[in-house]
Amino acid sequence: MNRVNAVVVGAGAGGGIVAKELAEAGLSVVLLERGKWYTAFDCRKDDLRNQRTSVLGNAFGPDDERNPRVAVDLKGRARVVRASGPGYSNNAACVGGGTVSYGAMAWRYMERDFRMRSTYGQVAGSTLEDWPISYDDLEPYYEKAEWEIGVSGDDSGNPFRAPRRKPLPMPPLAPNREFEILQPAAKRLGLHPFHIPMLRNSVPYGGRGPCMRCRWCVGFACEVNAKCGTQNTVIPKALATGNCDLRTECMTREILTDERGRATGVEYFDVHDRLQRQDADLVVVSSAAVESARLLLNSKSPLFPTGLGNRYDWVGRNFQGHSYTGAFGIMPDDIYDDLGPGASIAICDYNHGNPGLAGGAMLANEFIRLPYQFVGMLPPDVPKWGREHKDFMRSFYRRAIAIQGPTQEMPMFNARVEVDPKVPDYWGIPVARLSGDKHPHTIEIGAFAAAKAEAWLKEAGAVRTWKKLAGPGFTGGQHQAGTCRMGDDPKTSVVNRYCQVHEIDNLFVIDGSVQVTNGGFNPVLTIMANAYRASDHLIKGWKGTRYR
Amino acid sequence: MDRRRFIVAGLAGTAAGCAHSKSPWRHFTVEEARTVGAACAHIIPQDQDPGAVQAGVVVFIDRQLTCFYKPLRKAYRQGIAALDQESANSAGRAFADLPAASQLDVLRRIERNPDTKPFFDMLVAHSMQGFYGDPRHGGNRERASWKMLGVASPPLRGRA
Repeated sequence: MNRVNAVVVGAGAGGGIVAKELAEAGLSVVLLERGKWYTAFDCRKDDLRNQRTSVLGNAFGPDDERNPRVAVDLKGRARVVRASGPGYSNNAACVGGGTVSYGAMAWRYMERDFRMRSTYGQVAGSTLEDWPISYDDLEPYYEKAEWEIGVSGDDSGNPFRAPRRKPLPMPPLAPNREFEILQPAAKRLGLHPFHIPMLRNSVPYGGRGPCMRCRWCVGFACEVNAKCGTQNTVIPKALATGNCDLRTECMTREILTDERGRATGVEYFDVHDRLQRQDADLVVVSSAAVESARLLLNSKSPLFPTGLGNRYDWVGRNFQGHSYTGAFGIMPDDIYDDLGPGASIAICDYNHGNPGLAGGAMLANEFIRLPYQFVGMLPPDVPKWGREHKDFMRSFYRRAIAIQGPTQEMPMFNARVEVDPKVPDYWGIPVARLSGDKHPHTIEIGAFAAAKAEAWLKEAGAVRTWKKLAGPGFTGGQHQAGTCRMGDDPKTSVVNRYCQVHEIDNLFVIDGSVQVTNGGFNPVLTIMANAYRASDHLIKGWKGTRYR
Repeated sequence: MDRRRFIVAGLAGTAAGCAHSKSPWRHFTVEEARTVGAACAHIIPQDQDPGAVQAGVVVFIDRQLTCFYKPLRKAYRQGIAALDQESANSAGRAFADLPAASQLDVLRRIERNPDTKPFFDMLVAHSMQGFYGDPRHGGNRERASWKMLGVASPPLRGRA
């Protein structure tokens, strides 16, 4: 196929932005996506088949038939796992990636989230480290993501937020019942509640209408296209330039390199399973932490016998995500208002500065619990079935509130993505093999956050509360990050501060993989901001037909 | 699974069912469906609101066993046999023919036994899916559980 300036592998939060920025700068771009392009009309509101509850399959990929992985448990037992099953660490595979069906919280990390090692020192057993860049480096790009993709909310009531130059472009949605109950309670406790920033239209924005407040939000495509992802913002803009060729259902097998060690393009299987080769001046990997690491590791050659960027065995390491801990509470009265998305109020009082803890978590009320989801949230002393179980569901479904948050993880060198020596996928490509543990301090921080969530619910009048705690084992999942660490030292990182693979000038990794630490927040806005930042640098260094 | 394959899988399941018996079910034999129904009736019993059986949980499970839960057919066959075996050992009758109190005892033993617990847990999970999940999959008939919980049915596209 004709040589292009750039091939971008993965059309999710990171890749969608890179494709648009490069295409607008005049580079010819091929954007490869292994999944399909879904639209608002693919919203099925099926509470058993979506990206959050996938007991009857993933609505937005990947499919079970062609995409196995291997998961290794804490006893070292390896098993093949299905894409919709437990242990797979799935993120959606489609144009827009996770942004089609996410809950869409739009967090800026805090300043200390980029300086975890400097703030808390070394944590034994963890590879906790500072980012090579600071919040200030990302700030203009956070702003760009907020205004170009679209964020509603109001964090002016959050005294812990990092400085911002511009407010959010859209006001928050009107408060729901949980907001009205939890806000005064938080204030009585001396906390600082505010409206969660969300990549969701509260008013018409970007040519799309506002949220209609249904309860099928997180895990689903938005029926009225009010949720802002890369599939309905930057990717259409990339295509409109005429410089970007989006190829869906194309599975990339390998990054090609020449005898000088430079990337020359990729080989991929197209929609008809034919092997194709796309030559390019530069290659950008944006396939999320599991698949990006897998692609680098599967791209072996005599110069790179252990895969690309892997000279010091750091590709796939520090695999992380978030465990969510918090609490559930039963209120004295019926408080269910059926007003989606449900999540509305948050506090950042416990992200940092917690005595004896190296970090913390944001806490927010949870998205609407669909009835089947609520089954999995009952107190531990309620029987799992039978008359009492049904009674509990009937009596308390409309009286429950959940508060939880993502614990900032202590990265683990042994939590990792490898490629499995025996198990191939449908196309014959070795699959990702996931293994490793969670740092015990991560579990401690989670328990602390859960206690704070419980106290908030009690202050709000909950007559009965119970906690949700973190267990051992790696996390990953939709918040997957860390496997291609960004750093100044090639011996302890995979890419440099501009997301360029240390030993290969024209190969970039631009997605959550590069994040050194993952914040006590949903990571997507940081992935987007960093994609804008890295693209900016890439374009500045672009010399017509080559990079540098 | 795309729509076409879903339909093909459904047809294949129906055809296979017809070939083996006069069963009105897509996958289960009449006896299997009776046993599963008797067990589900304890997992989500009928009271002032419909229970699992009234809400079509057996239909849900039967239908899923012809498509998405096809790999679980063996587990169901063995689990149902274990239920009947346990009933035969203790009371000399098939599970579905026991009085309700004895059925409950058998279910508790099945739940406690490490060999049969995985089947029981699966049956509980599938019952909850069929009862509380979307009616399009054959369960939650007439949106019984959503009415019980007092949650609105899906709004029409474009609800303001």
